[in-house]
Amino acid sequence: MIHVSTTVNGDAHEFLCDPRETLLDALRDRLELTGAKEGCGTGDCGACTVLLDGRPVCSCLVLAAEAKGREVGTVEGIADGEDLHPLQRKFIEHAALQCGICTPGILVAAKALLERNPDPNETEVRYWLAGNLCRCTGYDKIIRAVLDAAGEMREAT
Amino acid sequence: MMKPVAFEYVRPETLAEAVTALDHDDARIIAGGQSLLPMMNFRLVQPERLVDINRITELERIERTKTGLRIGALTRHANAARDPLLAEHFPIVAEAMGHVAHVAIRNRGTVAGSLCHADPSAEWPLLVTLLDGEIEILGSDGHRSAEPSEFFLAPLVTDIEEQELVTGVHLPLPAGPSGMAFEEVAQRAGDFAVVAAGAMVRVENDTFAEVRLGLGGVFDTSVRARALEGALTGQRARAEELEAALPLAIEDLEPNDDLHASADYRLSLVPVLARRALIRALHRATQ
Repeated sequence: MIHVSTTVNGDAHEFLCDPRETLLDALRDRLELTGAKEGCGTGDCGACTVLLDGRPVCSCLVLAAEAKGREVGTVEGIADGEDLHPLQRKFIEHAALQCGICTPGILVAAKALLERNPDPNETEVRYWLAGNLCRCTGYDKIIRAVLDAAGEMREAT
Repeated sequence: MMKPVAFEYVRPETLAEAVTALDHDDARIIAGGQSLLPMMNFRLVQPERLVDINRITELERIERTKTGLRIGALTRHANAARDPLLAEHFPIVAEAMGHVAHVAIRNRGTVAGSLCHADPSAEWPLLVTLLDGEIEILGSDGHRSAEPSEFFLAPLVTDIEEQELVTGVHLPLPAGPSGMAFEEVAQRAGDFAVVAAGAMVRVENDTFAEVRLGLGGVFDTSVRARALEGALTGQRARAEELEAALPLAIEDLEPNDDLHASADYRLSLVPVLARRALIRALHRATQ
């Protein structure tokens, strides 16, 4: 077993893991952060998207051991206590989800986009989220929710 | 849920430690892991030992050399896309990186990983083939370098020996002001290329001092269209000359039929993408 100490959503964590465990496995099974989902296990669907040192990665393609000393961010860290993040509120308002499997990954990826580019256009949002597959919504509601959240966040600052 | 076969995980802190760690019958290097881990999940590869080189930070650098730029093995696609040195000397790199998978994969996948995976449709092998890069390799016997034509042997097969690792790639600067351009057709944005083309054009005294055309997806490895390059060198630097030479671009190509495209379709794309890339490169070279 490998000893890993890492930071997840700002909190220090330690766990022991098998070399075969992915960061996704460790988050879900060791740390009980079950927001990130395994869709494909090959980096095609984006359901497992988390932040590694601030950048979106597919946590199914990162070994848990590789997270040693890194900062991990998951969907569980997006809301401020009981207060939902504007992206989360806008996803509800626009009904930008149906089954919800893709939603945690999309929220994490979208938040990373808005931190880099507070005023993205539709094309930029679509390309940024192109690695996050959704089989329910047809994407349109997701794109509108992200653009709406971006607008609200710009007004708030 | 898919899981690899059990393996031993080793994380060297230095290049010397990495070479020592590779002294094993069945060791593989993990850099970004964006090709290796899916293959391990599918159990297409089952290494007994995985050597994680991600802590060897000296492999992350992009630096100027006397004759070009050296890109460290661990450079992530996303970092290459926004590197100021690459943007200044090889803007084609950022252009090509826009075609590499999606944001999350580009944040993790590495230059050396793409080179060592050696997919004939991938962008880095094509860029290095086009730009006459030298692949820098470290082994138990010391350093060596390989030209793309020596390094890429077949789809997913390279010249890398056991106990060797790629430490970076050196891109020599063109001999004078040049223009470059990259074109790709894929089924969807981010998919592997059906066909990709990279062009480099250098103009002196209104003639083509040098023309290079690299192609991906149409042969066992990335290739250069040497017949077209030779025919154009020394010709007047005009779009009509480029157009006239396009039939030479498909000489000696042997594309495969696969799930994504027929061989005929791939061949039909070559002159289209070659034309777009060459004309844009010419335009940039003469701006």
